[in-house]
Amino acid sequence: MKDLPKPDGLVSMMDHMPPKDKGWMDTPVKIRKGMYCYASNPKSVKYLGLPYPREWSPMDDDWKLPENWKEIISEGFRERLERFRSFKIFMDVCVRCGACADKCHFFIGTGDPKNMPVLRAELLRSVYRNDFTTAGKVLGKFAGAREMTLDVLKEWWYYFFQCTECRRCSVFCPYGIDTAEITIMGRELLNLIGLNIDWIATPVANCYRTGNHLGIQPHAFKDMMDFFVDEIEDITGIRLAPSINKKGADILFITPSGDVFADPGTYTCMGYMMLFHYLKEKFGIDITWSTYASEGGNFGFFTSHETMKRLNAKMYAEAKRLGVKWILGGECGHMWRVIHQYMDTLNGPANFLEEPVSPITGTKFENAKSTKVVHIAEFTSDLIQHDKLDLDISRNDHLKVTFHDSCNPARGMGLLDEPRHVIRNVCEHFYEMPPNTIREQTFCCGSGAGLNAGEDMELRMAGGFPRANAVKYVHEKYGVNMMACICAIDRAAFPDLMSYWVPEVDITGIHELVANALILPGEKERSTDLRSEPLPGMEDEADE
Amino acid sequence: MPQVEFNGETFSIDEDGFIDDYSNWSEGWVQYVKKVEGIEELNDEHHLVIAMLREYYEKNGIAPMVRVLSKVTKFKLKHIYELFPSGPGKGACKMAGLPKPTGCV
Repeated sequence: MKDLPKPDGLVSMMDHMPPKDKGWMDTPVKIRKGMYCYASNPKSVKYLGLPYPREWSPMDDDWKLPENWKEIISEGFRERLERFRSFKIFMDVCVRCGACADKCHFFIGTGDPKNMPVLRAELLRSVYRNDFTTAGKVLGKFAGAREMTLDVLKEWWYYFFQCTECRRCSVFCPYGIDTAEITIMGRELLNLIGLNIDWIATPVANCYRTGNHLGIQPHAFKDMMDFFVDEIEDITGIRLAPSINKKGADILFITPSGDVFADPGTYTCMGYMMLFHYLKEKFGIDITWSTYASEGGNFGFFTSHETMKRLNAKMYAEAKRLGVKWILGGECGHMWRVIHQYMDTLNGPANFLEEPVSPITGTKFENAKSTKVVHIAEFTSDLIQHDKLDLDISRNDHLKVTFHDSCNPARGMGLLDEPRHVIRNVCEHFYEMPPNTIREQTFCCGSGAGLNAGEDMELRMAGGFPRANAVKYVHEKYGVNMMACICAIDRAAFPDLMSYWVPEVDITGIHELVANALILPGEKERSTDLRSEPLPGMEDEADE
Repeated sequence: MPQVEFNGETFSIDEDGFIDDYSNWSEGWVQYVKKVEGIEELNDEHHLVIAMLREYYEKNGIAPMVRVLSKVTKFKLKHIYELFPSGPGKGACKMAGLPKPTGCV
């Protein structure tokens, strides 16, 4: 943190002029402090049984690679071209039109040409052409081909861990190339020779051991929930008795462990608990938490398809064990890309579950018919639409709220209107950021896909700049002081980004806002919000 | 893993200066972190935070959430930053010999 330039300094470093010197292929990678994450801890790699655990450092010349690393990469490349037709197409079809170039938050924030999505993909394509196409084999560099070398490998590692797999560039690609998939494949190849980052490897190992990224064991999970029960009682006078690991419950709830542990996600967690209590009291619906399926997120997704599958298996397994009807998923980002686009065939089919129907409103969640997992924003939006929640929205009057579309729910599953519907119904003051920065075109937090570490803060502040810039705009124009989001990485990453670029704006999940407004049956008159800050007009009471 | 020597003791540390293993913690480690963190004097409040963190970690295998630390010690977050300028994670947890939390945090 102490080496991080001041915001003005960072802005003056953003130079988008094309480099004058050599072409990109002849410009070797320069790995720079503040822009990369630490190498994976060998203990974590070993725990997962992934290949080539060892101590290594990106700043060393010698990365202690296995002797036959080139063969491993080439063979891995070939296998993936055969297994994934999408990957083969994405290697072939790009015409380098450049529509994606200036859409990437990392290119905007750093000006580094290799952060243009087209060029990030060319890092892989150049080797693909050399090894797998006739034109590349014959014409070499003229056909955009180049041999795999140690410098190329280092370049892969540096730039595939400077992409958050947010897919904003894909929205603008006339061919619909999913550039996140380029990064996914690049990282998967790097993992074959033990080149991961620790901010991914250690959460993955924790998750494999305890069911969640933070390594929270069942008794600790229960302890954290007990803490929230006490807090909620202080605020509302109501003592909750949340269901945990309850067989025969109606619905299983799974959310990122960050919500249970890290602020400000913990307030969103209290929000879920209060909503479930309300639904139990009013409608007799039992929604259970699980200390086994205790993580919605899946950093395995940032490692390899196989690792993603291993970590994700617990969701259906726990739903089966508990005998619930279907699964409700919390405010997580990449969890929804995994669920919506992989889980059905990855871990399913989950035919032992029912096609999800809200037991309260009778609404059938058609989009979740095959996965059997419903997004809580959609669930709550439906409750509000059917007037099932008693709300006092004046309790959010001190907030001027904007909404950040978290990348994966927005672009990975098309969840755009439901969160807004919820916010508009629990808050009086809601303001949108400019249209080219929201919905499908939302700008990433700059820290997703496992990059929300401490050591790459310059990268994160540069990559988050376009988002922060849009927040600054609504802050200055409308006095926005709170940004809602539906992703735990967002909630972990944005407080740093805001304190750097727009310190007046705080971060919340939408179910914190819901629970601020939600009137629990029999509650006392509240004098504070969930953060124990005085409610508007209650400043004197809260002081006492 | 880099090693540091301090007052005749040797510790292995990671890139952020956290100790390699909880079981290698000692009073000497506390003095070492006090020096690198630039804390002038360790008072009862520092010791209370360290003791709470270690007790919680031994019971739960993880650092407590910041709100729990705050509630048990009755120190507001701002005061914890006054005690440990690098904050509850990179300052206090480091001194107590806990690993740093990773994931969506």
